Amino acid sequence: MRKMLAAVSRVLSGAAQKPASRVLVASRNFANDATFEIKKCDLHRLEEGPPVTTVLTREDGLKYYRMMQTVRRMELKADQLYKQKIIRGFCHLCDGQEACCVGLEAGINPTDHLITAYRAHGFTFTRGLSVREILAELTGRRGGCAKGKGGSMHMYAKNFYGGNGIVGAQVPLGAGIALACKYNGKDEVCLTLYGDGAANQGQIFEAYNMAALWKLPCIFICENNRYGMGTSVERAAASTDYYKRGDFIPGLRVDGMDILCVREATRFAAAYCRSGKGPILMELQTYRYHGHSMSDPGVSYRTREEIQEVRSKSDPIMLLKDRMVNSNLASVEELKEIDVEVRQGVSSSSSFGTQITLPPV
Amino acid sequence: MAAVSGLVRRPLQQVSGLLKRRFHRTAPAALQVTVRDAINQGMDEELERDEKVFLLGEEVAQYDGAYKVSRGLWKKYGDKRIIDTPISEMGFAGIAVGAAMAGLRPICEFMTFNFSMQAIDQVINSAAKTYYMSAGLQSVPIVFRGPNGASAGVAAQHSQCFAAWYGHCPGLKVVSPWNSEDAKGLIKSAIRDNNPVVVLENELMYGVPFELPAEAQSKDFLIPIGKAKIERQGTHITVVAHSRPVGHCLEAATVLSKEGVECEVINLRTIRPMDIETIEASVMKTNHLVTVEGGWPQFGVGAEICARIMEGPAFNFLDAPAVRVTGADVPMPYAKILEDNSIPQVKDIIFAIKKTLNI
Repeated sequence: MRKMLAAVSRVLSGAAQKPASRVLVASRNFANDATFEIKKCDLHRLEEGPPVTTVLTREDGLKYYRMMQTVRRMELKADQLYKQKIIRGFCHLCDGQEACCVGLEAGINPTDHLITAYRAHGFTFTRGLSVREILAELTGRRGGCAKGKGGSMHMYAKNFYGGNGIVGAQVPLGAGIALACKYNGKDEVCLTLYGDGAANQGQIFEAYNMAALWKLPCIFICENNRYGMGTSVERAAASTDYYKRGDFIPGLRVDGMDILCVREATRFAAAYCRSGKGPILMELQTYRYHGHSMSDPGVSYRTREEIQEVRSKSDPIMLLKDRMVNSNLASVEELKEIDVEVRQGVSSSSSFGTQITLPPV
Repeated sequence: MAAVSGLVRRPLQQVSGLLKRRFHRTAPAALQVTVRDAINQGMDEELERDEKVFLLGEEVAQYDGAYKVSRGLWKKYGDKRIIDTPISEMGFAGIAVGAAMAGLRPICEFMTFNFSMQAIDQVINSAAKTYYMSAGLQSVPIVFRGPNGASAGVAAQHSQCFAAWYGHCPGLKVVSPWNSEDAKGLIKSAIRDNNPVVVLENELMYGVPFELPAEAQSKDFLIPIGKAKIERQGTHITVVAHSRPVGHCLEAATVLSKEGVECEVINLRTIRPMDIETIEASVMKTNHLVTVEGGWPQFGVGAEICARIMEGPAFNFLDAPAVRVTGADVPMPYAKILEDNSIPQVKDIIFAIKKTLNI
């Protein structure tokens, strides 16, 4: 009992003590890296795709784990705040899709560019804003990243162009950012994201055409979470092979629940674009646990069994955790410590978020 | 500015100046420049000045521009700076906005503003609102330009005036040049402005030559956005217009002058932000107001001017209700006789002025 209390108190007593204990533990017990097999991507107009094995270092693994867990807890906190009516209006959560935002970021440089639609909180975090700034913005506080003027769908950071409310409009914008990359000659790429629902928007095909014509360094990314609001992909698209919809643009279909798969595909796609060959398309097959937004329970158009099955078999955080534990990159206890830290961090960010003053009228 | 307008409007002073004994000075010549060439010069100068400026749109490069406004620019600046786009307004307007977000300074041409309707979401939701939504983090230094309003015989789908539509939106600046000086000064200011600016040109004015005064020939000649110009001073009535109708108002003023009615003609130059102060000061002097525009009456530019006059100090100086002269409230017909009667003519302006003055 006393040992357990001591362990608990050690865990709860703050970050200061941990590095020492972790370093000690690390040098004694853990591997520095491990090689994993990842799913082969389906290819369109490509001879070769990303590699089917990848090396994950312990350091990267812990970083990705922490980031994904932070996005997860931040989204669940937003859910809570919305139900308390502290967040109003639109709130589109991305829990379940953490491997996408964290995996994409892992495959690019901070000097690259990214633009997405309204399911943007995860990307806002991975592109560099703090949980505190995000939650303050969601709750309409002055300390928010857009000083309370933007809200959930309009958060911006360096090389992150939001957060866009009009479905599909962000895709030509992304192609334009890629045009600027090429114009400036700096070897940067632009990740331009849209969902399976937006994939049927005409302006996306206009953007495909111009990006291919002008060889813009644009990675078009379809985050296919199987439902556009309440409409399943089968009911919305004549062709659900979103990675092929770019026609003359080469494409890959990627397992979007596996962060390593996403990372490798992104590295591949970015290298393709940087070589000057023009745009490329990635379809990330992923899933959202929440409904389309907080006003959608998310169970009228899909079964609870389906949601539960994805959670138990394909949860991205669980997949990474199992891999790391099974190949001795980390211990269960260590990852649990991270869970607790992240929870505390998000908690303290949100209480601060509700206390910052309102924007001046 | 005052010097320029003095030169144009006070011939008597000019003559008396010549009669005074002076050393001979070669005054810089005032050139005759068409509105088209003025816009061309303005864009050329800004392209040269800042390498982040570029032009994109349908036929702007190798065709020299559908209305030849961008003639010679592709030859001078090449593919990187002058870009021909496919017929994809929503797509290329979005691309232009994205490029602006990433730090370039695009000029996005709509072949006519009628086609901008296909892209209007990008103009309003992506360009106009972003600076505010991002609390000042993300600016969009873009210019949308092209011919606006009625042309000649192009019928309903190609003749709409968008001044009221774009003028309605916070986050946008909207300008409407009349003559060559306006066109050059405003396009340059628009390009240098860090906000999204809509430049409503007029196809029928493109070929019209005007005297471009000396100072307008300078590469740093700018007309401030948000400032109207009094084209003709008068005492009996204030007549406010923008774009081509300004010329018609000046014609009407000339006719009425012979009858002893002196009109003060104001060229708005900017739709948003509107220079209501200049109009108010004028109305407080003349006590009468007529507005003239090519667009439809309902919710139009004239309606806004009248509302603001009522809300401000000039209301108490009105001796008669303000009157709007507008395009007819119909989709533009094709037949010439119908078309001519669907836009404000000089006789309509004279009629409105006389009605207001009760003469």
